[in-house]
Amino acid sequence: MENWSLISLCVLLGLTARWAVSFHSYSGAGKPPMFGDYEAQRHWQEVTYNLPVHEWYFNTTNNDLNYWGLDYPPLTAYHSLVCAYVAKLLNPEWVELYASRGYESHSHKLFMRATVLFTDILIYIPAVLLYCFYFCDGSSKQKVATAFCILLYPGLILIDYGHFQYNSVSLGLALWGILGLGLGWDLFGSLAFTLALNYKQMELYHSLPFFCYLLGKCIKQGLTWRGFFHLFKISMTVLVTFALCWMPFLSDPKQPLQVLHRLFPVGRGLFEDKVANTWCSLNVLIKIKTLLSRETQLFALTLLFVLPSSLKLLSKPTLWQFKLALVNTSLAFFLFSFQVHEKSILLVSVYVYDVHILTCLFLRLVFFVFRSMLPLLLKDGLLLPYVVTSLAFLFLSLYLLSALERSTEEELRLGLYRKLTQRWLPKLNLSRIIKWKFWFSLAAMAALSFTSVWLKPPAKLPDLFPVLVSVLSFLHFLGFIIYFNQVQLMEPQRKKSQKKTN
Amino acid sequence: MSATSHLLKVVIQTVMAAPMTNDQSWFYALALGVSFLKCLLINAYHSTDFEVHRNWLALTHSLPVSQWYYEATSEWTLDYPPLFAWFEYGLSHIACFFDKEMLVVPNLNYASPATVLFQRLSVIVADVVFFYAVKECCKCLREDKGKDLLGKPSFILTVLLLWNFGLLIVDHIHFQYNGFLFGVLLLSIARHCQNRHFEGAFLFSVLLNLKHNCIRFIDKSRSSLFIKGQLPQVLSRLFPFKRGLCHAYWAPNIWALYNIADKAFSILGVKFRLLDINKLPKASMTGGLVQEFQHSVLPSVSPLATLVCTLLSILPALFKIWHRPNGARGFLRCLVICALGSFMFGWHVHEKAILMAILPLSLLAVDSRKDAGIFLMLSVTSHYSLFPLLFTTQELPIKIFLMLLFTIFSLASLKTLFRKGGALLNPLEVTYLLGLIPLELICEFVYPLTVWQKTFPFLPLMLTSVYCALGVTYAFIRLYISLLTCSDTTKKTKMQ
Repeated sequence: MENWSLISLCVLLGLTARWAVSFHSYSGAGKPPMFGDYEAQRHWQEVTYNLPVHEWYFNTTNNDLNYWGLDYPPLTAYHSLVCAYVAKLLNPEWVELYASRGYESHSHKLFMRATVLFTDILIYIPAVLLYCFYFCDGSSKQKVATAFCILLYPGLILIDYGHFQYNSVSLGLALWGILGLGLGWDLFGSLAFTLALNYKQMELYHSLPFFCYLLGKCIKQGLTWRGFFHLFKISMTVLVTFALCWMPFLSDPKQPLQVLHRLFPVGRGLFEDKVANTWCSLNVLIKIKTLLSRETQLFALTLLFVLPSSLKLLSKPTLWQFKLALVNTSLAFFLFSFQVHEKSILLVSVYVYDVHILTCLFLRLVFFVFRSMLPLLLKDGLLLPYVVTSLAFLFLSLYLLSALERSTEEELRLGLYRKLTQRWLPKLNLSRIIKWKFWFSLAAMAALSFTSVWLKPPAKLPDLFPVLVSVLSFLHFLGFIIYFNQVQLMEPQRKKSQKKTN
Repeated sequence: MSATSHLLKVVIQTVMAAPMTNDQSWFYALALGVSFLKCLLINAYHSTDFEVHRNWLALTHSLPVSQWYYEATSEWTLDYPPLFAWFEYGLSHIACFFDKEMLVVPNLNYASPATVLFQRLSVIVADVVFFYAVKECCKCLREDKGKDLLGKPSFILTVLLLWNFGLLIVDHIHFQYNGFLFGVLLLSIARHCQNRHFEGAFLFSVLLNLKHNCIRFIDKSRSSLFIKGQLPQVLSRLFPFKRGLCHAYWAPNIWALYNIADKAFSILGVKFRLLDINKLPKASMTGGLVQEFQHSVLPSVSPLATLVCTLLSILPALFKIWHRPNGARGFLRCLVICALGSFMFGWHVHEKAILMAILPLSLLAVDSRKDAGIFLMLSVTSHYSLFPLLFTTQELPIKIFLMLLFTIFSLASLKTLFRKGGALLNPLEVTYLLGLIPLELICEFVYPLTVWQKTFPFLPLMLTSVYCALGVTYAFIRLYISLLTCSDTTKKTKMQ
């Protein structure tokens, strides 16, 4: 069968899965007075349509920031504005100032879901297809299989089409950025990534690798005018893009400050929900809030994990290093930063596919399943799609990508671990341990899912299950960040990927 | 190797990470994949057939057998043969664990989440019969060693059957148990192909006791009806001739074309003052209710007339097969023609009945070029004709995605399978099929925004039905010609 037909089949299946998940409930459905993320997005359409630009981020009589005030950068606001124009055409009641608060109807739900599907088809899906075809190894059938698995990644589907968000836009734009850099189109890549950054500030997690990679590349071109000129072009692209996105807010100095204040609310607490974050987990043992001076400790820890990876990338700006740095940096930020949301973990998972199939699979699976997304999804009434999509994804990845076959020690890059255990346990079969660990984690995941849904926690520990999920996930992520740092810092590269490096 | 032991082997191999040397794993992958898709569709729209089956669960559970065919609290009386009633009875015992309320007869239109989950899961699980039947059918095919997986006839057939668009949307969205029933039919066919005729005949009798509209196949096998002395009542429920010539939405058969011709003549007649408008019967055939109606210009059609037409349409095929049997392939072809013939000329035919022709035709399609071309024509047309079954906006993307999925797969795979020997479809056929795209755009996107939507709401349905009827008739004629002209000296193949 020809490639184009295989690709269309995969895309169609991906779209079907997405739309089928959208039949289910969304965040905050039928839960006044605040509802949920769905109502937030609808409210932003209402605000951007009815109010002038300079009022969008301010607390005015018409715009109550306590009721889902805008807290994403301007591109999200513009996107909401465009959606609002379409909404107005279909049914003006959907964006009526004040009157439309808490508006819920079947046709409105269809409209909102359709907007997600539209941006997905426009931005995310083409990026995934191109990424798999240009930057994945193997025969064309294997590339199609990889694209298929990425398209069916349950985390993104459930959050975007279930809970309701537009992560596919920012992730897709960031993926276009990586594509651009990988193909040598640095300016295009920078432009795409800047747009991603202006859509969701969470993309800052990825900005350090982008910065280090581009800077490293410019330096490599020699400290002559060529390298400098290249750096200049990139900087200009970034600055101009920022300027264009923030143009309406540059008239008055108060405006950008207020926007920044909304984007980075330093007034909030250390952690909001039960997230697989260091602080949340450590809090179980020690009451962190009272003990530490959070800003400095947080800064130090994040730096500790981020610096080696970034420096290595700066010194050796290859695509392979770049991908690994993306993973490491976002993991580090997720684990150690401030005020983190569980959805941020999506950022890490999307880029890991190329590193190694088993690890990636494991990574993604763990990300998705162990994540405190589970309590979130349960709250939204998304248990059925959660079970079906995770089982389908697990089965598909294992079957299509024959993950478990390519697991010799060398392929798993267990060099450092081997060196450590060589002394005391020379006969240890590390790859077998990894395999069994995979199945064990899966079993633990299934057990936790089951208990979270069907068993009641003991009265003294009402948050037992979410906390257990967080702590276990945290331990896994810690293991992964060590592993991936080891892979990145210990090079050598695979021979196959050398042809794609710049 | 039995299916369960094989499945176990696949699981163990996966766990132990041994390489998969056995090449049957793809079948289970496809079966599992489609089951996941079906699970995702649990929350989709379901039609009144859902309430029909819930009612049957309730009445078989709560009432003694003697009352089953007399119960009439709900408008959805039991109108399937007894064996299906026993099947519902069996299901009702499992239903207790999900939601006892669904088994209470007066609970009309009861559809709690647990009820929906149970009923949907019962269809998904019952499809296991279908999976088994497909596996058996694959054994009847000629195998080409050395071809890559995607080009193997058995792989293509498996996808065409397991992922059949019509079956997916009728069973798992609209809600019915066709998968289970077609499983029995395909198994019966497979047994005949494997020369296990007694089993085939037995299975066919089972099928007749499950769904009586398979009576159109009755010439192929012996059968027996087993009823507890309630024959008249059962028969009256099974064959409700009080219903009209056409269903509310015209199935794309001969009568759709007949109706449209009648309408055209009456309009022309009135325009040229050949007919008096006051003397024409007022019943509107495009009204939504199931009525008995009369034609204005052409002679009205009675149930007897349709029966005669059906028999006339299939007699030549039967005669040909009686006279010169052509082994399994000939048998299949005749089967498809009988199914199509009764679809074309039958009384109160439902458009879902076209599946009865498409599924066996899939078996022929992977075997011969000509049949592949006919299959493409028939399947795309008839799948499109099923669109009006899902009329909700929410299901619109799903039906378009799934239709494209099936169409692209069947086109691409059959084209690859028969790449030697030119195109499968001639330009006229391609144009006709492409015409479905503007038809869909007009009927579902453009027409609802026009003024005529209020005055002639059923015009898109009529258009769909008539357009598809042309394609179905064309396929029927081509199939007939191929049967009547096929040579008898076929080479010895595995099918025989």
